[in-house]
Amino acid sequence: MKRVVITGIGVVSALGNNAADFWRALSSGESGIGPITKVDPANLRFKNAAEVRGFDPGEHFDDKSLMWLDPFAYFGIVAAREAVADSGIEFNDALRGRTGVVTGSCLGGKETEDKLYADLYGENKARFPPTSIPRVMSNAVASHVAMEHGLTGAAFTLSTACSSANHAIGQAFWLVRQGTLDAAITGGSEAPLSLGHLRGWEAMRVVAQDTCRPFSKDRTGMILGEGGAMFVIENLEHAQARGAKIYAEIAGFGMSADAHHLTMPLASGAAKAMSEALTDGNIDPAQIGYINAHGTATQANDVMESAAIRLVFGEHADSIPVSSTKSMHGHALGAAGAIEAAATVLGMHNGLLPPNINFNEDDPECNINVIKNKALPAEPEAAMSNSFAFGGLNAVLAFKRF
Amino acid sequence: MADGSVSERVIRVFAQFKKVEPEEIRLETTFEELGFDSLDGLNLIFELEEEFDVVVPDDKVQSMKSVAEVVEGIEQLVADKEQQPAA
Repeated sequence: MKRVVITGIGVVSALGNNAADFWRALSSGESGIGPITKVDPANLRFKNAAEVRGFDPGEHFDDKSLMWLDPFAYFGIVAAREAVADSGIEFNDALRGRTGVVTGSCLGGKETEDKLYADLYGENKARFPPTSIPRVMSNAVASHVAMEHGLTGAAFTLSTACSSANHAIGQAFWLVRQGTLDAAITGGSEAPLSLGHLRGWEAMRVVAQDTCRPFSKDRTGMILGEGGAMFVIENLEHAQARGAKIYAEIAGFGMSADAHHLTMPLASGAAKAMSEALTDGNIDPAQIGYINAHGTATQANDVMESAAIRLVFGEHADSIPVSSTKSMHGHALGAAGAIEAAATVLGMHNGLLPPNINFNEDDPECNINVIKNKALPAEPEAAMSNSFAFGGLNAVLAFKRF
Repeated sequence: MADGSVSERVIRVFAQFKKVEPEEIRLETTFEELGFDSLDGLNLIFELEEEFDVVVPDDKVQSMKSVAEVVEGIEQLVADKEQQPAA
């Protein structure tokens, strides 16, 4: 089995449209949450989201290319370009054949679909643009990234709601670890801020009016976010042979299903995924020195996740700093795991753990060690990033400092 | 405006939702007695919003755990709506 390392990071998010801006905002505890501008929220019961700002797709793509791209696709493609450039990897024909692309997306091209259906049912328009289907398909990002960089290894897309990106990164990690691939571009992207989709969230009554306050007693729900994050991962020998900068090692990956309820999460299911990630990476629980929580700030998730962390770590949980960076970049659904993996790995690399902002009051039902409002200098030996999806599908990544 | 008082109409919505006769739904009946989980509650609120053309705020949903509490909440929302000038 090969060791697998992260050598390139790219991010597009409400906290910044490249990894450097993202890290600067994240580590200073800035909020990317603000009024929804992409659609008119006048008749919605919530008005705030974590939107990507100042992103001009025309700076990255010509008009002909943009015809093929939903926002979820250009977020992912731009993040992948940054990750490739950041890694310094140079693809020759042999390496292209040994490099794969594994992406996550919950929704695919929902913005495109929403607009098409508004035209169809609202305006009685009879014709769709010929690029409609390829814009909407969830695997568009994997396909575009493979084409752009000429990568002919395994390429596919995972869709497991809010765990999509973690499932994707986990599969890419295993493919490189077992030697099927030498390298992969992996992560997730999402553009969920279409009116039709927001209506669905409104009906679930889990979105906060003001902001996202994970693990704080006065939390009132989640805030939706958008964007994407991508990584270049490769086996250690390959990275070292070309003198690559290494951010962290991907050490373990764990998955589980609650087999319980579509929307009520189960602590034992989440705990099982965390334990599986530790076992998979041969990591002792005492080595974990940071957890980037799923931390949606819903009543149900945060109590469940705190209990799950206790189940896995027992008393050691007292000394594990935990933050949900969704408090800053929102819940980007199928991109969440990727953006949070970037937060985790950049935190380990920089010796500064990102904070859980908007925290006002301890909740006795969330008995964990939250990094309250301000980044925490620390150099954890290993860290974990949790994703738990509607439908009870859990995926947890474990990283080691390198 | 449909026939009946707010409480009669609320009970009718409950009865349709539970697929029982309206006589079986009493004001003091709680969601728990009806075997409602949280999603049933949300679905019922959705039906009531449609019936009365009102928007039930998220914080109000938390205080609706029995038929009587729902009637009280909907009566208030209907009264608020009627006080507003027509747009």
